[in-house]
Amino acid sequence: MEFTAVYKMPDSLSKKPFTYCPGCHHGIVHRLVAEVIDELGIREKTIIVAPVGCSVFAYEFFNTDGTVAPHGRATAVATGMKRARPDLVVFTYQGDGDLAAIGTAETIHTANRGERVTTIFINNAIYGMTGGQMAPTTLLGMKTTTSPYGRSPEREGYPVHMCEILKELKGVAFLARTKVTTPKDVLTTKKYIKKAFLAQTKDIGYGLVEVLSTCPTNWGMPPIKAMQWLEQNMVVEYPLGVFVDKVGEEK
Amino acid sequence: MRRAYIEIDVERCKGCGLCINACPQRIIRFSDKFNSKGYHPAEQYDPDEKCPGCGFCYMMCPDTCITVFKAVQPVR
Repeated sequence: MEFTAVYKMPDSLSKKPFTYCPGCHHGIVHRLVAEVIDELGIREKTIIVAPVGCSVFAYEFFNTDGTVAPHGRATAVATGMKRARPDLVVFTYQGDGDLAAIGTAETIHTANRGERVTTIFINNAIYGMTGGQMAPTTLLGMKTTTSPYGRSPEREGYPVHMCEILKELKGVAFLARTKVTTPKDVLTTKKYIKKAFLAQTKDIGYGLVEVLSTCPTNWGMPPIKAMQWLEQNMVVEYPLGVFVDKVGEEK
Repeated sequence: MRRAYIEIDVERCKGCGLCINACPQRIIRFSDKFNSKGYHPAEQYDPDEKCPGCGFCYMMCPDTCITVFKAVQPVR
């Protein structure tokens, strides 16, 4: 009997083991981005701009060129790269502390200018690398190391919904929010990531995919329970779906 | 006749259990052995040859340590 590998590690991933915690969804999203790069055949001309956060070493895991931007400035660095070399495909991979806190201005203005870059936004409602501090996306009542009694709207304000903010801007070509807790969601997310890259390669505008992700270590739960917590709490606060789609269906 | 099987890179595996949760046939389990990081890696236990090669474990694996092999000729 002869067997053939139908699912295997994509070529766009280097063989380096990921440095993320067990059960962290970063690895799934890394793999999906690598698969999309493989399918579009753009590995030789792709640049990743890694953020500051857990995924600061993301350029090590992708078999592409890459750089690291100062905290929050990944889209600004990507803008410079894309304007200097319009033939390249530039994408940023950012967390919620990077994109929604310190990098809010850069994100909003990159989207508003309609820069031909793609952003993969991982929203896990907490600062992961620095040890579980409160992020702008932290849910109300959620306990973190800097909100030990739970986030209260009087003291810390309300969770920031980046997709709802960005969808009003004219320069955005693709905008979606998704999760990766089941195989079905993984396939949907891959479709969205591909569209966000096509928004760039077809010269339509800015593409952003927000992926709701777990952080089992800082949430203090086992990985499976963290996924259930995400389904029960985060999806309620952050409704899933496609907000802007100027790319259209593939023929 | 077995239709498909998976191979798990035990040194990459961190024992998170997402593949065990995702497997519709319930044929993945934690190994009794340790890998060099000190985790119990996942292993396939498939004595009835139930694995259809659906790839759910591969899709949910956060460390890309699963490779799914399928038979070239479909078995009747």
